[in-house]
Amino acid sequence: MSYVIEGETGDWELVIGLEVHAQVISKSKLFSGAATDFGAEPNTQVSLVDAAMPGMLPVINEYCIEQGVRTGLGLKAKINLTSVFARKNYFYADLPQGYQISQYEYPIVGEGEVILDMPDGSTRTVGIERLHLEQDAGKSLHDQHPSKSFIDLNRSGVALMEIVSKPDMRSPEEAAAYITKLRSILRYLGSCDGNMAEGSMRCDVNVSVRKAGEPYRTRAEIKNVNSIRFVHQAIEYEARRQVDLYEEGGQVVQETRLFDANKGETRSMRSKEHAHDYRYFPDPDLLPLNLTQDYVDAIKATLPELPDEKKERFIRDYHLSAYDAGLLVADQATADFFESVAKGRDPKMACNWVMGDFSAAMNRLGRTIDNPPVSAANLGGLIDLIADDTISGRLAKEVFELMVETGKAPAVIVDEKGLRQVTDTGAIEASIDAVLAANGDKVEQYRSGKDKLFGFFVGQVMKATGGKANPALVNEILKKKLG
Amino acid sequence: MSLDKATVKNIANLARLEVREDELDHLAGELSNILQFVEQLAEVNTDGVAPMTSVAHMELPRRRDEVTDGNYPERVLANAPERIDGFFVVPKVVE
Repeated sequence: MSYVIEGETGDWELVIGLEVHAQVISKSKLFSGAATDFGAEPNTQVSLVDAAMPGMLPVINEYCIEQGVRTGLGLKAKINLTSVFARKNYFYADLPQGYQISQYEYPIVGEGEVILDMPDGSTRTVGIERLHLEQDAGKSLHDQHPSKSFIDLNRSGVALMEIVSKPDMRSPEEAAAYITKLRSILRYLGSCDGNMAEGSMRCDVNVSVRKAGEPYRTRAEIKNVNSIRFVHQAIEYEARRQVDLYEEGGQVVQETRLFDANKGETRSMRSKEHAHDYRYFPDPDLLPLNLTQDYVDAIKATLPELPDEKKERFIRDYHLSAYDAGLLVADQATADFFESVAKGRDPKMACNWVMGDFSAAMNRLGRTIDNPPVSAANLGGLIDLIADDTISGRLAKEVFELMVETGKAPAVIVDEKGLRQVTDTGAIEASIDAVLAANGDKVEQYRSGKDKLFGFFVGQVMKATGGKANPALVNEILKKKLG
Repeated sequence: MSLDKATVKNIANLARLEVREDELDHLAGELSNILQFVEQLAEVNTDGVAPMTSVAHMELPRRRDEVTDGNYPERVLANAPERIDGFFVVPKVVE
């Protein structure tokens, strides 16, 4: 199903490209030895390099280079053995150098790809144009004072990876799936924590519209959209705005816009109109960055199993559907948890429990997979009790809730509460006889053709046994006695 | 290459330099002379020669990922014309 915007003049297609700024996980900054921790007191994690004091020189952090290369490899991208740092010149109060050290003509990583897992289980491939390393700017606070802005340089100089996609996405859902997948890959690699709320992953969205078969039309760039939901909303709004503009006889101008989350609309940022003249030139303070193929290969050897490979393995080895496998591998810790639960057990059942009752309990209690409401060993134990007919699937849900509440092992709960399934045919027969004796009239009606009453008898027997009778045995014996 | 007044004005604006209208002609002439001087380099044939970004025979020096600097907000803020609660304070810059 392709996404179209219905206009007065026919259907319009969406064209979306994303630029994601991902903060590199490192102890210190890209070109200085100041710390990078989030939430420190203002201007404490600032060196004289980050404050751009005269005479200070940048020295590159070798781990940030490694993180960039690792991410490039995770995106199946070409690693450029020579790349060059350039100055991007502009004035802003939170940019003390008056330029950002970035990469322009020669980025460290070239073309790659990201495979999207769509909600219907299908996949789509989105091209990566490039990844380059650059410095973050400081942070401006505009809401602290009526006529002043406050500047904190703690973020100034922190390493960012700018990851630029090709304009390959055609719907807001694909853009959301792209960010979700990219974030998942970055977290697997340990190169970015993907926390959009804290700003360690930020997104610029390029949107244009066109009629089917046309070349690309003019795009607008929506800056700094900071959640997946907002990316979705911003694209929908912006696409509609462009369609309406064209259909009223207007033209889209190439410009920078901002997304107002409160109003759900995009607005032109007039001050940026003349700001695109960045006058890039190679930074004379930094030599070209040369890597060897051996260095790249050594990093490649340390890559973890990434979501796409893990998904394939789950489908192949556990016979899960593409949809289930996609859900499980989105988060590495969840995938590991599933594998502990599934080991030596029915994988489909393990998947259902992990994605079902377990996930629900985790969300309800605000817990995380690193601090789960029930351990993998206990959840596995519960599945064992179902598999060997100690408890029924229905009782298992009760036992699960008790496990969440008490933290006890499932077998302990089953024994304490006397929930062990009754498979003793004598006991079940006795219950059935009692139920039939107490409901003589209904037995009569059943025998004269009211088949539906069978369920009533099953219900009564289960009630009489406190839900512990083995349902299959109850059915079997009941049929015999009534027949 | 010679620069006109409008270009000089734009360059001044990008560099946040205030230039009076009656200085533009003079500056356009000076900047054009500088460009013409540098353009003499175009006489050298550089076909097939990779751009040289440095004359130093060395590789880009690298630093280990360790926290070795910072934690001196007093020094960082020492020249700030205005400050409140450890922040630099500047005229409001907002859309």
